[in-house]
Amino acid sequence: MPDTLTSPARFGSNAGQPLTRRDGIAKVTGVANFAADNSPANLLHAFYVPASIARGRVTHLDVAAAEAHTGVTHVITPQNRPPLQGDPSEKVTMFSFRIEVLQDDTVRYAGQPIAMVLAETLEAATEGARLLNPQYEVEPARTALDQNEPISVPPQGFGTPAGAEHGDVAAGHAAAVQSIDVTYKTPAQYHNAMETHAVVAEWDGDKVTLDMPSQALNMSCAGYAYFFGIPAENVTLRSPYLGGGFGSKAFPTGPQVLAILAARLAGRPVKLMLTRQQMFGPVGHRGATSQRLQLGVDVDAALTVLDHEGLAETSTFDDFIEPAANASQGLYAAGALKSVHRAVRLDVGTPGPMRAPGEASGSAALECAMDEMAELAGLDPLEFRLRNYADTEPGTGRPYSSKALRECYEQGAARFGWADRPLEPRQMLDKNGMLTGWGMGTALFPCPMFAADARATLRADGTALVETSAVDMGQGAWTALAQIAADSLGLPMEKLEFHAGHSALPDGGVAGGSGHTATAGGALHAAGSDVIRQLGEVASNDPASPLHGAGNAGFVARNGRVYVEGDESRSDEIAAIMARAGSLDVVGNGSASRPPEVAAKHAMNSHGAVFAEVKIDPDLYQIRVTRMVGAFAVGRIINPRLTESQLMGGMIWGTSFALHEEAKHDPRTGRIMNANLAGYHVPVNADVTGLEVITVHEDDPYVNALGIKGVGEIGGVGSVGAIANAIWHATGTRVRRFPIRIEDLIRG
Amino acid sequence: MKTFDFAQPTTVDEALAAWEPGSAWLGGGTNLVDLMKIGAMAPDKLIDIKRLTGLDQIETLADGSTRIGAMVSNADLANNPDILRRFPMMAEALLSGASGQLRNAATVSGNLMQRTRCAYFQDANAACNKRSPAQGCDAIGGVDDTAAILGWSNQCIATNPSDFCVSLAALEAVIEVQGSSGKRDIAFADFHLLPEDTPERETALQAGELIVALRLPTEAGDFAGNSRYLKVRNRTSFAFATSSAAAAMQIKDGTITKARLALGAVAAKPWRLAKAEALLIGQAPDPALFAQAAEAALAGASSSNDNDWKIELARRTATRALALAAAGTPARMPALPASPFVDQGDSLNA
Amino acid sequence: MSLSINLTVNGAPQDITIQDARVTLLDLLRERMALPGTKKGCDRGQCGACTVLLNGKRVNSCLTLAATLNGAEVTTVEGLAKGDSLHPVQTAFIENDGFQCGYCTSGQIMSAVGLIAEGQAGDDPERIREGMSGNICRCAAYHGITKAVQEATRAMSDTHTGDVK
Repeated sequence: MPDTLTSPARFGSNAGQPLTRRDGIAKVTGVANFAADNSPANLLHAFYVPASIARGRVTHLDVAAAEAHTGVTHVITPQNRPPLQGDPSEKVTMFSFRIEVLQDDTVRYAGQPIAMVLAETLEAATEGARLLNPQYEVEPARTALDQNEPISVPPQGFGTPAGAEHGDVAAGHAAAVQSIDVTYKTPAQYHNAMETHAVVAEWDGDKVTLDMPSQALNMSCAGYAYFFGIPAENVTLRSPYLGGGFGSKAFPTGPQVLAILAARLAGRPVKLMLTRQQMFGPVGHRGATSQRLQLGVDVDAALTVLDHEGLAETSTFDDFIEPAANASQGLYAAGALKSVHRAVRLDVGTPGPMRAPGEASGSAALECAMDEMAELAGLDPLEFRLRNYADTEPGTGRPYSSKALRECYEQGAARFGWADRPLEPRQMLDKNGMLTGWGMGTALFPCPMFAADARATLRADGTALVETSAVDMGQGAWTALAQIAADSLGLPMEKLEFHAGHSALPDGGVAGGSGHTATAGGALHAAGSDVIRQLGEVASNDPASPLHGAGNAGFVARNGRVYVEGDESRSDEIAAIMARAGSLDVVGNGSASRPPEVAAKHAMNSHGAVFAEVKIDPDLYQIRVTRMVGAFAVGRIINPRLTESQLMGGMIWGTSFALHEEAKHDPRTGRIMNANLAGYHVPVNADVTGLEVITVHEDDPYVNALGIKGVGEIGGVGSVGAIANAIWHATGTRVRRFPIRIEDLIRG
Repeated sequence: MKTFDFAQPTTVDEALAAWEPGSAWLGGGTNLVDLMKIGAMAPDKLIDIKRLTGLDQIETLADGSTRIGAMVSNADLANNPDILRRFPMMAEALLSGASGQLRNAATVSGNLMQRTRCAYFQDANAACNKRSPAQGCDAIGGVDDTAAILGWSNQCIATNPSDFCVSLAALEAVIEVQGSSGKRDIAFADFHLLPEDTPERETALQAGELIVALRLPTEAGDFAGNSRYLKVRNRTSFAFATSSAAAAMQIKDGTITKARLALGAVAAKPWRLAKAEALLIGQAPDPALFAQAAEAALAGASSSNDNDWKIELARRTATRALALAAAGTPARMPALPASPFVDQGDSLNA
Repeated sequence: MSLSINLTVNGAPQDITIQDARVTLLDLLRERMALPGTKKGCDRGQCGACTVLLNGKRVNSCLTLAATLNGAEVTTVEGLAKGDSLHPVQTAFIENDGFQCGYCTSGQIMSAVGLIAEGQAGDDPERIREGMSGNICRCAAYHGITKAVQEATRAMSDTHTGDVK
């Protein structure tokens, strides 16, 4: 009896194909409908005032001035805000945050909404908000990690990570013949999806329709329903496209709740679209961290201890503590492993998950520390990692469901030309005299599954409708999920009608954690399989069918035919079965999730190795990432074209983390002074050259029925360290803060 | 954004007549409209000067100087073949600034009038003597990394962000302005003002005066063979300079006969360096000489905001720009204008 | 104060009354002309999502006051395809996966059309990268964008005479 979940799904001709995006034409012609593109009749525009202080109290708002501005219809302040039925200071579910919706006049972070203005035009709403000219009673702002005492927050799941300890850590330290003790700092980073958070809300009695970008439609409906005291089914959420999410669009936010409330108050549809500046505050961010890493090795350069202490910011009123230190679990075979998370409460908006939460920040520090340890041990960084390669999960000894990391190292290194790397830093100059450095990093990202439902309807005309409230935020769900669904029904793509992005559909779950394709895809696969099973059963009962007597299960579909699984000789045409049965629609339902006992049995991760080349001006220290090769083992690839794009995007996020992103708080007011895209840098096109992605083949029979591991986040994980290590290799200067800037190198 | 009156004259005279206190000239709008949106500027009236006749020409005058209309776009100027041939450094500076879209809209005079990118000037909630005289300067002790190292005062540490203006300072451009009392010329060196005690006064323009053109003297063409603009920044493109330098020389028989050097992103105005230039003239181009000149160039520099590193960076930027200029103007505009990185010349996958 | 302008959008001349000189071209298109294909990413000229062609040249519509545009011609992403026939740049973006979420795509495509018309970059990837750097893509589809612009440039010089329209 094979020790697998099910036999690997039989796939037809769709999965694995590099199809172009099914929403491509809509996106290149501008007809793809994003939330704020909607303008229902009789619309009012909303604009809110963000607090310009980080701690204190609002003492005055010039409501009369705002109301006097032509076009302004409503000014909503804590004094006149209509009541909410759900308390915004409560956590609705474990996966929600306390939000600020004008509960009172306190200010808990800069950028918090302190009033909202509605007007007939966007211009009038914006100016009305400015005219409110808030006055404050100011208390000193604390926005840096050293401005409050570290605390330990008991682990309660999401946002409050448990640490981990395996082996004898003290003994591990004592056994080390060489060791390092280094601290790396990562700054606050903001998701900054190109589409800012938005909502167009329209009430009809006690029902509300929301055009709103959402990474979790049904969960969001429940959240918004809570605040307004209505059943979740009274909330219709349409989110056919998101202009990026990166973790920031999975939860109800204060500004969006306020806009929905405003629409009910006004009795008219209301549109709110956050400004870019407003994205820095109430919609989450990656919290700043300070991470201390103590590594020790024995005479063979085997890690005796990997001791990772993380300190991360959270807000004064809620908990999201970046689980950075956990990045040191599960990857390297250290004799003892320890991960600790502590928090500092600051006057900032509550942090939240941002693309590769934990792993991105944690791996940045870990991979640099590994490089420092390799340097001390006199070893090539790749060789050092191979010496500490884990064949089972370190600490637990659990087997990996699959792990082709060794192949990632080999293939990535070969493609990059890593073997030619000099061991010492500052050895390579290019033909223009630029310092050249090569660095690498290992990538690991878990493969979670959430829960999702789907429905498939095979129609008498041979076409099918498949439905789930799945989310396409750019990762390609419209395409990849349809490929899975088509295969489950044995149909070509053109026979498939795919509906997603609407809350009335079966719950497609959360697009997050790199688990959406596995989860929603699993549900679609199950729904299609249910249809085929029913069809097989119909055929089995039909003496005219070649499948007569085949039973009521064990069928698969391929190329328009239903086969007995494992017996190619027995099959029948789907159209023929349908026709003989009297041409009724066959409806199948499916769900997907991973049972806890399955999850417990194996360590399930995607892996990768990233190799980076940087060039740095020897005098001016301007940095350019000139080459990156990422080799990733990520299970079954549903669509190689979209997978490559996602992995490349992730690698560029690595560049962004390493060289660009940093929110800068004024130390006195606590306000973020670069809350715009000219000051908060992300890479531009000229920053991206020489990118290459390799996907290493991997069959994983345990991770889920389809063998999908997910690709959304791992691309950025090893890349940060690879770039930072390349900078060290180019210059000999080890910078232990991110982003690494000219000034850090010129100071030396 | 505050409401405002809007006028759209078609002649300079009409424009001057339309001006009243509280008015602002609107050119391409790439800076002004932005600042109005964020509340850093709030004019009562905008006077659209894009339709003024005769302000969009580039012409060579009888005396050999080049006259550039105030409303010529940055892109049209930078890509004008004559300009590229005679003033390649100026074109390089223009093309290193902003983005393709912004250069299409931004105008010559708008670039001259560009306001500082100091985050505290842009933040209407912060104290700023430039925005509101006598309010104080929150940039001092703040986190803005554009702060000055030359010519700053305890009233203001902001820098001028323009790339174009650095090249104009080096080329000794002349600004033609027109006001109700007639026309006058302003030497480029006199145009931008240092903050001293009046950081709100940024240029030598009088109220109601309009820039109508820019003139490059004939001599500015002497540097075509040996001039470069170098811009150092933390992003490869679409970023303001961390430091920049315009360097130009005329080299005859192995000797520098003329030299120009100006620094950008270091002060409230493009920083022309006559002392450094004097050191170069009569000498053979040489790395040690360039380092010596750059040393002299930064002699008076001081950190305004924990930015000592920027003094060193500016010194190195000047040294490198001189070396690049001495090496000769490239035959074709570099793919990454003003970048320390030369064309990768690569395919998409290296 | 109300203002009247005549504006040709995607080939159709229209008389437009705006209540207020504050209205940008971007908000005119999105909120008043039912042309939301042009996107708002920063509203400050810092991201390029709002790029349109104004009199044939790419500009940031967020920084362009509508009041200044009497007599102007604007092309938005909605006006690029001819019926069902996509513009070569649109085709190349699909083929090269030059986008993920699609939000910056309208601006990227209009910027690419403008860049190709400017004729400064040709099919040189480094010049394309530099020329497209005014358009931020947070999904970071830059590799595909550069390839798409390169391919479209080649396609357009094969089938046209360098004339973008």
